[in-house]
Amino acid sequence: MRTTRGLVGTILAGTLIVASCVGGDDEDPAGGDAERNADAESYTLRVMSNAALGEGAKNAEEAMWITEYVIPEFEAAQEAEGIDVTVEFVERGVDDDDYKNKLALDMGAEEAADVIAIDGIWVGEFAAAQEIAPLDDTVGADEVSAWEGWDQIPDTIASLMEFDGDRYGVPAGTDGRVIYYRKDLFQQAGLPADWQPTSWQEILDAAEALGELPGVTPMQLNAGTAMTEATTMQGFLPLLNGTGVELYADGKWQGATPEVVEVLEMYATVYSGGLGDPNLQKTVKGRDDSFLKFADGEIGMLIESDYFWRDVVNPRTGVAPMDNRDDVVGWALIPAQEPGSGIEGKDFLSLSGGGGWVVNPDTEYPQQAWDFLTFMLSKEALLERLANEPQVSPRTDVNDELLRNDPHLAFIADEVLPITDFRPALEEYTDVSLFIQEATLDVVNGADPAEAAQTYEEKLIERVGEDAVVTGSG
Amino acid sequence: MALAEPVEAAPPGPTASTDAAGLGRARAWLFVAPGLVLVAIFLVFPALWTIYLGTTNYELLGERKVSPEFVGLDNYTDTLADPEFHDSVVKTLLFVFGSALVGQMCLGFAIAWMLRTAGVWVRRTVETVVLMAWILPGSIVGFLWYAFLSEDDGTLNAILPVGDSAWLVEHPMWSIVIFNTWRGTAFSMLLFTAALATVPPSQLETARLSGAGGWQQLRDVVLPNIRGHILTNALLISLWTFNDFTPFLITGGEGSEILPIYIYKTALTGQQQLGLASAVSLIVLLINLVVALAYLAMLRRRRVR
Amino acid sequence: MTPADVVRRIGFYTLLCLVFASFVLPMLWLVSVPFDAKPSLSVSVPDFTLGNFETLADNPSAYKSLLNSVIISAGSMVLVVSLAALGAYALSRVRIRGRDALLYALLLLSSIVTGTAAIVPLYILLDELQLLDSHTGVVLAMSGGLLPAALFILKDFMDTTPRSYEESARVFGASPLRILVDVVVPIARPGLATIAVWTVVQVWGNFLIPFIAYNDPDRFPAAVRMFTFYTEAGQPNLLLISAFSLAYAIPVIAMYLFVSARYGFRFHGGIKH
Repeated sequence: MRTTRGLVGTILAGTLIVASCVGGDDEDPAGGDAERNADAESYTLRVMSNAALGEGAKNAEEAMWITEYVIPEFEAAQEAEGIDVTVEFVERGVDDDDYKNKLALDMGAEEAADVIAIDGIWVGEFAAAQEIAPLDDTVGADEVSAWEGWDQIPDTIASLMEFDGDRYGVPAGTDGRVIYYRKDLFQQAGLPADWQPTSWQEILDAAEALGELPGVTPMQLNAGTAMTEATTMQGFLPLLNGTGVELYADGKWQGATPEVVEVLEMYATVYSGGLGDPNLQKTVKGRDDSFLKFADGEIGMLIESDYFWRDVVNPRTGVAPMDNRDDVVGWALIPAQEPGSGIEGKDFLSLSGGGGWVVNPDTEYPQQAWDFLTFMLSKEALLERLANEPQVSPRTDVNDELLRNDPHLAFIADEVLPITDFRPALEEYTDVSLFIQEATLDVVNGADPAEAAQTYEEKLIERVGEDAVVTGSG
Repeated sequence: MALAEPVEAAPPGPTASTDAAGLGRARAWLFVAPGLVLVAIFLVFPALWTIYLGTTNYELLGERKVSPEFVGLDNYTDTLADPEFHDSVVKTLLFVFGSALVGQMCLGFAIAWMLRTAGVWVRRTVETVVLMAWILPGSIVGFLWYAFLSEDDGTLNAILPVGDSAWLVEHPMWSIVIFNTWRGTAFSMLLFTAALATVPPSQLETARLSGAGGWQQLRDVVLPNIRGHILTNALLISLWTFNDFTPFLITGGEGSEILPIYIYKTALTGQQQLGLASAVSLIVLLINLVVALAYLAMLRRRRVR
Repeated sequence: MTPADVVRRIGFYTLLCLVFASFVLPMLWLVSVPFDAKPSLSVSVPDFTLGNFETLADNPSAYKSLLNSVIISAGSMVLVVSLAALGAYALSRVRIRGRDALLYALLLLSSIVTGTAAIVPLYILLDELQLLDSHTGVVLAMSGGLLPAALFILKDFMDTTPRSYEESARVFGASPLRILVDVVVPIARPGLATIAVWTVVQVWGNFLIPFIAYNDPDRFPAAVRMFTFYTEAGQPNLLLISAFSLAYAIPVIAMYLFVSARYGFRFHGGIKH
């Protein structure tokens, strides 16, 4: 008896000791005086993004740009004004979701960096958790609006980092989604090399033609939960927008409406009709596999973001490099269901995402952090960043200069961005996206589209409440 | 060195242990203390805290990070009513039964039994290869098994004369059961190798002389002697398999949502409901407890006899 | 030998060959793809090159992360083995009431702490103890989670080792600690070696705790580093990952071979050696 109690006693004592150390730290609401430490003569800043150094590492170019250009330039400029600065780059380079979770933990413990890169779609969640604050609060409305960069960033792109009407950060770049197709396979199937479909039916017709070719899977339409957000952004949403409705509008989410069912029916046509490979949608590395197959000429069409062009099949640096990329890979805008049936009467659609930089509201040096941030997004810095591997930047002046010689990216910037749409930056979005992925998975597995839509609607209602859903019957 | 006395297969667990070195209670306490302190701080405390979280609706981000509410037993009732949870429990039980109890134990035992009579080099080679499977880090193993089981160009499909199957997609449960058998057999094999070594040769000899064949020796002499070891092994590997997350790296959880994956999805994807996930973790612990008690009951019954 | 014996022997070895093959086959990727100039997600005859390892060397943190892995694995191993040896010996030899209930309780609780639900409590705990972003913190956190099973296995092991040697040593007047170190440890070496290897294997492959604990990327162990060899949107960079996988696997394999050759590797006392 004594000894049992003794044993238990030791453990409880240890636990209580620790518990008393770990007091309930009431987290101060983020923020404080925007002008604090504005005149500091010496300071340190920490910058973090999901990038790692070293060749082949994740976002290595960004990591190198920050450590080899941005930081030295910034430090030197400050030195010239007699201020002693040290800027540290905090590497990460892991899966985006892991990065986000770790950031959530760090911000909760106030361990996070001063300038942080986040994905635009996370803004809602972080804002609701009060981990980030509107720029106007952290840095000061006057300083923020005084930045010249805003003139160069279109409102739609700036909206990537907005939530509830407030600007939380500055976008760092964006992308667009198009249909990539193999001109060589198209030629073999008797299809035009300069293909531009104007309706869903034309896509299906092309797929049917491609289906005649041996060993070729006609198309890849992202589906299922294994591909996570790629399913929603590259598969479901462009199609949904093509039926004339947006996922979220006027305070309501689309439930099992006829439009949603039509999109799921398109999935059913593709996957039950042998126009796509259902197994690729279900395996853990299916998306990687689909890229490799396209590169090897086994898939005819892919709907993807320009990341595919510039990163995956890039002849120099890609993970599925195609030496003949520029000759063999064509691109076409994603059509609406019928001409003019898209949202706002559009004939062609796209989705864009992107991330940006925020200033940690708990930083000791908000003014300096803002200076660093705006320096990163200055024309010179962006040109330096993107010189070797162009990408669509948030600034039009940079795009004009940079993309002049890159027909594809110029296409994205000039033709796709004007017609593109963005995902709702709401807290609930990640869940809704998951429900969509699950619905497409059901259809790929053979479920009836209307039923899959019903199940989706049920989950949606449970999550956001009946009032926030446009139901199938209403 | 010659044996001082014949060793009776000592059952594991609370034996009539003798304090051979004269430790005494006080010193025993001292010996155990440092470990207990470490465990109290880094295991018991976070575990209890997690259990507490199970009564809230805390989320990693969003409003419920700043102001989580106490929801009492709601998380528990929600989980117990969730059909996906039931599905997950069934899948986990199948997974544990198939890969640990049947797969790892039987294969481990079979290998240990066979290697008794194999030459030194054969024994070393086989043991090493089986252990490699256990030692390799999980993320690497994910790649290995994807390469092995994938539909096109998968090694298994290349070897099998029958047509190519999409193992991971069409037979996810079988895939993870076979995978986990491969992965964890080493533990059982080692355990049984040692256990078999404790079977008194005299008893085996007697059995053989009275005409008992291999199977009968196994059944009448070996198994009764190592029964205790079988049960402890079963207990450990059941618990480990119940909480093993590695299959996620192979199937991404599709068609194979065992409980650790269910918890992971609840905690870190979508709404990131850590409170709910904590509640599920406690439920899993209670299930493990039931399993452990079952094994202990079997152990105790054995000794009373 | 009779013909029947020969047939049986052949069958026996065939069976062993099958076992061998079934364990080796899935591992083929690891020995072929790292040396392939065009690595893929499947096994094929490699377009042989050592270039992938050079590319890996160009990455400043790849090999460094292996060093970090060694540090935390070795640290955990030392901690777990010593605490487990002390604790298991005491629990085995002395009847403390409630010891079994305690062990089982700890074993069960360890499943919570190694799961995803506990990351916030663990993180905050480490933060409050000022142990975030430190090897010490990670070692302590992981050892805590591993100790119950280590105790369980080792106690079981010690229960089946004969007490005669300890008794004799006691007769000669040795103190219990002395007895533990000079008499018990040598006998229990295979068991200790097993716990040691087991601990290293668990820590070597663990991603979650180091990931949430470390801030400074220079401290990342290999398990975390491996996940940086993916592209922007999550495609694995197979050139690096395959080479790194092999580099990541070799130390732990070597360690096992070394320990097994030197100390043996078993889970139960058995008296035969």
